[in-house]
Amino acid sequence: MEIALVLGVPLFGGLLLALVGHKRWAPELNALMSLVSLAAAALLTVRVIADGPMTAMEEQFFVDPFNVFLVALTALVAFTTALFSRPYMRIEQHHGRVNTARLRLYHSMYQLFTFMMLLCLLSNNVGVLWVAMEGATLTTVLLVSLYRTPASLEAAWKYFILCSVGIAQALFGTILLYFAAEKVLGPGGTSLLWTHLYEVRYQLEPTVLSLAFVFLLVGFGTKVGLVPLHNWLPDAHAEGPTPISAVLSGLLLNVALYAVVRSKVLVDGALGRNFSGGLMMGFGLLSVVVAAFFLSRQKDIKRMFAYSSVEHMGIMTFAFGMGGPVAAFAGLLHMTVHSLTKSAIFFTVGHASQKTGTQNMADIRGLIEQSPAIGWGLALGSIAILGMPPFGVFTSEFMVLTTAMHEHPWATPFLLIALGVAFAAIFGKVQPMVFGETTAHRLPHPPALIPVFVHLGIVLMLGLYIPPYLVSWYRQAAALIG
Amino acid sequence: MSQSISSQLVNLLAAFLLLLAFAMLSQRRILTLIRLFAWQGAALAVSTAIVAWSTGQTHLYFSVALTLLLKVILIPWVLHRLIDRLFVRWDVETLINIPATMLIGIGLVIFAFALAAPISQMANTLTRSTLGIAMASVLLSFLMMIVRRKAVPQVIGFLAMENGLFFAATSATYGMPLVVELGVALDVLVGTFIFGIFFFHIREQFDSLDIRHMEKLKED
Repeated sequence: MEIALVLGVPLFGGLLLALVGHKRWAPELNALMSLVSLAAAALLTVRVIADGPMTAMEEQFFVDPFNVFLVALTALVAFTTALFSRPYMRIEQHHGRVNTARLRLYHSMYQLFTFMMLLCLLSNNVGVLWVAMEGATLTTVLLVSLYRTPASLEAAWKYFILCSVGIAQALFGTILLYFAAEKVLGPGGTSLLWTHLYEVRYQLEPTVLSLAFVFLLVGFGTKVGLVPLHNWLPDAHAEGPTPISAVLSGLLLNVALYAVVRSKVLVDGALGRNFSGGLMMGFGLLSVVVAAFFLSRQKDIKRMFAYSSVEHMGIMTFAFGMGGPVAAFAGLLHMTVHSLTKSAIFFTVGHASQKTGTQNMADIRGLIEQSPAIGWGLALGSIAILGMPPFGVFTSEFMVLTTAMHEHPWATPFLLIALGVAFAAIFGKVQPMVFGETTAHRLPHPPALIPVFVHLGIVLMLGLYIPPYLVSWYRQAAALIG
Repeated sequence: MSQSISSQLVNLLAAFLLLLAFAMLSQRRILTLIRLFAWQGAALAVSTAIVAWSTGQTHLYFSVALTLLLKVILIPWVLHRLIDRLFVRWDVETLINIPATMLIGIGLVIFAFALAAPISQMANTLTRSTLGIAMASVLLSFLMMIVRRKAVPQVIGFLAMENGLFFAATSATYGMPLVVELGVALDVLVGTFIFGIFFFHIREQFDSLDIRHMEKLKED
C-alpha cells in the first residue's frame, strides 16, 4: 500500500504537470507533489521500521533496510530540490532562458525522473530496475538540453549516447544473470527477483556471474560516473539547469551505485572470493585520483563540483569494494552525506551564477558582500564536502581511510593525496568567490535558502551525532551488503 | 519440424544477422542503412518465432510481435520520415576507412566467440551456439557507433546493438520475462522519439547533423 503510494504520487504528478506545468503556480504544485511523495516515503519507512522487510504485488516490489533508507533520502532531496527549483526556474524565466512550454516539460519530467529513481530502488526485478534506469536517462536528457544552447545540446547528446551504450552493457549483464539464475530457479518471472536471487546466491554458476558482473559494473558504472566512463557527467551537470545538476549528483549517481552494490552481493556469494570487490576498489580508486587532479583545471563552477561528485562516488565505490561491516557502513553514510551536501552546494552555486550572470569562476567574486547567506552556504558546503570536521563527510571519509589502512594499506597514500589535492583545488577556488569585491547583483525573486541550510544542518548533525535508529538502520543495511 | 532442423534454421538466421551487422558497418548510404536495420529486425523476429514454435515457449510470440512492430515497421518508418524531413541522404563519412573497420570487426568477432565459448557450453537451449554471434553483433554495433560521425548512423548503431542484445536473450535463455521485454521495448521506442526530437534541435543549432560540431566541451 505504502509502496503504491510512493510510486504512484510522482507518476501522477508527472502526468498532471504534463498538462498544467506551464501555469503560474506549477512550481508550487511540483513542490507539493514532491512533499506528498516525501510523506509517503516517511510512512513506508515507519512501516518498515515497525514490521521489517516486506514484498508487495506478487513480489514485484520489495523493501529492505538497504533500499528504504535510499528511498527516504531520494524523496527528501527531490522535495528540497523542488523547493529550490521554484525561485530558480522563475528567475531563469525572468532572464528569458526558458519559455512556458519548456517549463511544462521541465516540471513533468522532474516528477517522472523522481518516479524512475524510486522505481529503481523499490523494484524487486533486476530487469525492471534496468528499464527504470534507462527511463531515468530518457526523462533527464531533454532537461539537460533545456536551454537549447549549442553547448547544452552537445552535453545532452553525449549524455544520451554514452549512458545508453553503457546501460546496454548492463542489459547484457542482466541477461547473463538471468541465464545463470534460470538454471537454479527455473524459467519465468521469479528468476530475476533480488529476493530469490539473494537466497540462491551460493548456487549460481561462478563463471557466468563473474562475466555478468563485469558487464553490470561497466553498465551501471557509466551512470555512477566511474572513471574512465565519466565523460558525460561534467558536461551534463554544467549545461543543464541547476536543479537537474543537483538531482543528478544527489540521486541518480546513488541509485546507479545501489544497483552495482546489489549485483556485487550476488557475485560474492557465487564466487566466494573477492573478485567483485577488487574490481570496484580499482575503479573507485582510479575515479578518486583522476577526478581530484581534474578539479584544479576547471574554470566552470558547476563542472568543478561535478568532478567532485566523480571523486566522491569513487570513494563510495572503493568503500563498498572493500566490504565488511565498517566499510559498508561508511559507504552508506557517505552516500547520505554526499548527496545532501552536494545538492546544497548546487543550490548555492545555482543562485550564485544567477547573481553574477556567469558560471565562470573567475567572474564570480564577493558573494558574501551582496548576499551573506549564499556566500556562507557555498563556503560551508565546500568545507563540508572537503571532509572537514565537524561535518558528516569527515566521519565517513575517516572510516573509509582507517579501514583502508587496516586492510589495504597500499591504497591509503592514493586516497590521502587525492583528498589533499581536492582540498587545495576547491578551497583555493571557492575562497575568492565568497570573499572580496563583489560582482553579484540582486535577483528578481528571493532565492531559496532554506533547503541549503536544512541539508547542511543534517550533515552537521550526522558529523556530531548519528541518532541510534539511524545507526541500527545502517548496520542492518551494511550486514546485507557487507 | 524436428529440433535439429529448427536448430539449423536458427543458426542460419544467426549467420545472416552477423552478415547484416558487417553490411551495416560497411554501408555508407543512410537509406540503405535503415533498410539493413529493418532486415536485421526481420531476421531476429523469424529466429525468435522458430525458437518459440519449436520449444513451445508461448511468451516468445509477444517478443516476436514486438520486434516486428517496433524494429521492422515503426522505427524504420520513423527514421525514414526523419531523414526525409531533414534532407540527410548524403553519404556517411567514417573516422576510419572501411576496410580497416572491417578488419577490426573480424577481430571483435573472434574475441566475442572466445568470450562466449565457456558460457555456451553451459547452456542447454536449442540455440546455445548462437550466443557468440549475438555477442559479436553487439560489439560490431558498438564499433559502428564509434566510427560514425553523423548522428543518424550512430542512432542506428545503437538500435542495432539493442537487436543484438535481444538475440542474446533468446539464444541464452529463451527470452527474458515478459514484463522486462515490454519495458525494454518501451524504452527503445521512447528513446527513438527523443533521438528524433534531438535531430531537429541539433540541426537548428548547428545547421548539420555532423557531430564534429559537437566537440567543443573539451577537458581543460
